[in-house]
Amino acid sequence: MTSKRPDGRKNDELRPIKAEVGIIPNADGSALFAFGDTLAIAAVYGPKKLHPQHMQNPATGILRCNYALLSFSVSERIRPGPNRRAKEISKVTEWALAPALDLKAFPNTVVDIEIYILQADAGTRTAGINAASMALAHAGIPMKDLVCSLAAGKNDKELILDLTKTEEDYEEGEGATDFAFAKLANHDEFTLLQMDGKIQPESFIELKKMSIAACDEIYEAQKSALKKVVENNGTENNKK
Amino acid sequence: MKEEINEAPEAHENDSSFDSSKKRKVVVPGEIIVCGEDFLPGEGTRREGENIVANKFGLAEEQGRVIKLISIFGAFVPRRGNVVIGRVTDITHAGWLVDIDSATSGFLPIEESPRFINRNEMDQYLAIGDVISAKIWSVKSRGIDLTLKGKGLGKLENGFIFNIIPSRVPRVIGREGSMVNLIKERTGCNITVGQNGWIWIRGSSIDEEIKARKAIELVSEKVHLGGLTELVENWFEKNE
Repeated sequence: MTSKRPDGRKNDELRPIKAEVGIIPNADGSALFAFGDTLAIAAVYGPKKLHPQHMQNPATGILRCNYALLSFSVSERIRPGPNRRAKEISKVTEWALAPALDLKAFPNTVVDIEIYILQADAGTRTAGINAASMALAHAGIPMKDLVCSLAAGKNDKELILDLTKTEEDYEEGEGATDFAFAKLANHDEFTLLQMDGKIQPESFIELKKMSIAACDEIYEAQKSALKKVVENNGTENNKK
Repeated sequence: MKEEINEAPEAHENDSSFDSSKKRKVVVPGEIIVCGEDFLPGEGTRREGENIVANKFGLAEEQGRVIKLISIFGAFVPRRGNVVIGRVTDITHAGWLVDIDSATSGFLPIEESPRFINRNEMDQYLAIGDVISAKIWSVKSRGIDLTLKGKGLGKLENGFIFNIIPSRVPRVIGREGSMVNLIKERTGCNITVGQNGWIWIRGSSIDEEIKARKAIELVSEKVHLGGLTELVENWFEKNE
């Protein structure tokens, strides 16, 4: 079957993935993750003392995320600084990552994650979560599993994976559906499920199957990037 | 006077596992390290059915039946008995506040200095900005208490300090201090290694000091390799 997708990909094919670890020397952990033209970087700081004090939890450490689209990441400049969308994505990213972490050994502390989108072509939150998960592992924070995230969806009746901006804006027939999710790599546990648009229950089950299969590719990319950093670099130190 | 090797007891434990003959591999969180009921999960690992699974990113090793996982990146987590290098940031009526590069800063009570200090003249003993090596006396939720009572502890004068990734300190020290003693012998420098990754070096000439620093950074970079002592010996031969 020939592809109907604008960039000639098969329906279950992802854009080229790029994953790299240890890109920010000042951070305790850092990573870059790209789906084609969507490019995200993440930096992890901590565990460190949490201020304000009233947010401290004596039972466990907490996780704090900040997601931001940089002003040059989209074709029309966006105003820098937090807006409604960035705050929402920061929060869902936090929820998507928290179930994988175990911060009980670090009471009263916080782990800060900064996620910046350098270039946006749809699927920014999923690229951000993938980068953040690698950065957390790189920072040596106890984790149950890595988190893999992917945007799946539908153009008219065609089920497709990893939508680009053009595909997200598709308007013919049933229009476009965008379904972003995150899951623990080696478990059948979903930590993020979001959807824009409409989908039939049968198609949803089919789409879920396709997406889970594609997660392996993301997981392998994350894994090999983490392993590579040990062999190539060790020079990533000297914080101050 | 500061020829003491400053290492915590657990440094030995960690390092005894670094025999070159032992099987070692890099694992990511959630990855299966070994399969079988014969193995026991050690530090940084857990059992999931038949498998021993990694809880964080690092080097996994078999020690007999026990599987252990050692971090090679990440922030310093203070423990009782650790010797750390810190900088005085504030003087209060009861003691000194010391930045030890961890989640919470350390507090050095006036009673924990090795000799009597007049409360009105505290800054003549330790002023803001002074660098000290101190032992962690207790770690509680409200903070970290330090002491200067002990061999090799006190104000560090002359020489210079630099830092490496804290989780690599055990290898820099070596078993029973073998690695740091080798570097001391070859360069004639006084070296104090803090568990928080900060290292103080003082030698008779700046050339010797830089040589010691380079040797330590070499160890820190090659942390994932076996036979480090040989590697460092060879490096010294080459750079004689």
